[in-house]
Amino acid sequence: MKEKTTAKVLSQREIAPRIYDLWLESGLAAQAKPGQFIGVYPKNAATLLPRPISICEVNGERTALRIVYRIAGKGTAEFSTLKENDSIDILGTLGNGFPLEAGRGKRCFLMGGGIGIPPMLQLARELEADKSMIMGYRDGNLFLAEDFGKYGRVYVATEDGSRGTKGNVLDAIEENGLKADVIYACGPMPMLRAVKEYARRQGIRAYISLEEHMACGVGACLGCVVKTKEVDRHSHVHNARICTDGPVFDAEEVDI
Amino acid sequence: MNTQVNIAGVSLKNPVMTGSGTFGSGMEYGEFVDLSRLGAVVTKGVANMPWPGNPTPRVAEVYGGMLNAIGLQNPGIDVFLERDIPFLKQFDTKIIVNVCGKTVEDYLEVVEKLAQESAVSMLEINVSCPNVKEGAIAFGQKAEALYHITEQIRKKARQPIIMKLSPNVTDIAEMARAAEAAGADALSLINTLTGMKIDIHRRCFALANKTGGMSGPAIKPVAVRMVYQAAHAVKIPVIGMGGIATAEDAIEFILAGATAVSVGAMNFVDPCTTVKVIEGIEAYMRDYHVEKITDLIGAVE
Repeated sequence: MKEKTTAKVLSQREIAPRIYDLWLESGLAAQAKPGQFIGVYPKNAATLLPRPISICEVNGERTALRIVYRIAGKGTAEFSTLKENDSIDILGTLGNGFPLEAGRGKRCFLMGGGIGIPPMLQLARELEADKSMIMGYRDGNLFLAEDFGKYGRVYVATEDGSRGTKGNVLDAIEENGLKADVIYACGPMPMLRAVKEYARRQGIRAYISLEEHMACGVGACLGCVVKTKEVDRHSHVHNARICTDGPVFDAEEVDI
Repeated sequence: MNTQVNIAGVSLKNPVMTGSGTFGSGMEYGEFVDLSRLGAVVTKGVANMPWPGNPTPRVAEVYGGMLNAIGLQNPGIDVFLERDIPFLKQFDTKIIVNVCGKTVEDYLEVVEKLAQESAVSMLEINVSCPNVKEGAIAFGQKAEALYHITEQIRKKARQPIIMKLSPNVTDIAEMARAAEAAGADALSLINTLTGMKIDIHRRCFALANKTGGMSGPAIKPVAVRMVYQAAHAVKIPVIGMGGIATAEDAIEFILAGATAVSVGAMNFVDPCTTVKVIEGIEAYMRDYHVEKITDLIGAVE
């Protein structure tokens, strides 16, 4: 039986303003797949619900999980105070993850925008392909860019133009003349819409990771749905559950 | 130690069930909980046809609880009978199906289809969902309307019917009496309290539906009070719910007059809550030398 488990904090540091890099010792590392997430529980009982946070990386021994998150409210503000040897309750691993077989041996874009960048890192580690990794940031406070460098070519875009291409991840593709057969992407909704449109024009597949406010994280509450082209497998009403049917979807399957 | 309770002739191995809409049809929680441990599984509301539900965001956290405006997304009775009932039949627990609708005819259609299904022990009639525009809560906020729909459903239903009451009323005792007078076999309460949350940074509503139903530990004192009032107003059994997180919470409801209890929003917080509540009730009974759980029902002095 699965259950909520307690993880030990191995380290935490702020790697960009309000962006935290947290390593947790957890048995869940053994089963974690790129693109999956965990539910992280605040200790304060006033903030009850688990926070869905994507898995950024798993260590080589598969004994520890890395999550990189932005302070977005009370729960994540509490997490940012965690120190080495503290404990934290987590639930997981949740969600489907990125389909590795779709890109194996092909030219792949791994595109991350803002706090959508972290889940692309474990994908970069595990995906055996010709990888171009395109990361979009608001400004010159880059994070994780060096980690990606170990697994392929990295291209950076910043909205203020302080580093790399001025603009977004699609501007970086154009400026560098990049081509791909398959796209994997995670980021804010306007970026994902643009990626979907780009993939359609190019006639290639895009797998995008979505987020939505969640309660249970396990497919029961039907809180985190997205409109789909085909009927969903739960309610047969074109509303798939992001937590369990996703968070990764074929971009053509979802109405975003 | 005897944890068995009886509701309208249906015997439950223990008084702990699941709050409708917080447990799917059990499938999603099968990985976390041995469903055979539960007194009953109360399913997500099912209508005569698939309902798509409301736009997102559908959930928001509030202090000590949450708001939801799912809008009763469900696959409809046909898929439910084909898929969910066979799944639940595998377990040694009672099946209670929550029924929703927009018109009396909608409810009756579902009730009639369920009449053939002997594995279904009871029906819970949702006349108190605050998140759908037509039907639902409209039947649960006026005593005459509640009386009317209860009477209609009682005539058609083969199984005992539990009327699920809304807390969004002036006098819960009056509603409880109306349901009993119309032939309800049991009552369950409380459904969620209508609430609202505003995002001050974006200056918009936290939920696309603007309002949502509040649940979670923060509503428990309101729920205990209403269960106490309803239980004193009627002779039929009352199933208590609203913010139950622990065995202590469950026992509070039982002492207030509930024959059984449901764990709702806390399933989202810890998927194993139901089993922890059951184990905690057993520990309480050992500690206080309670032989039969039924001795605790309404035992507050």
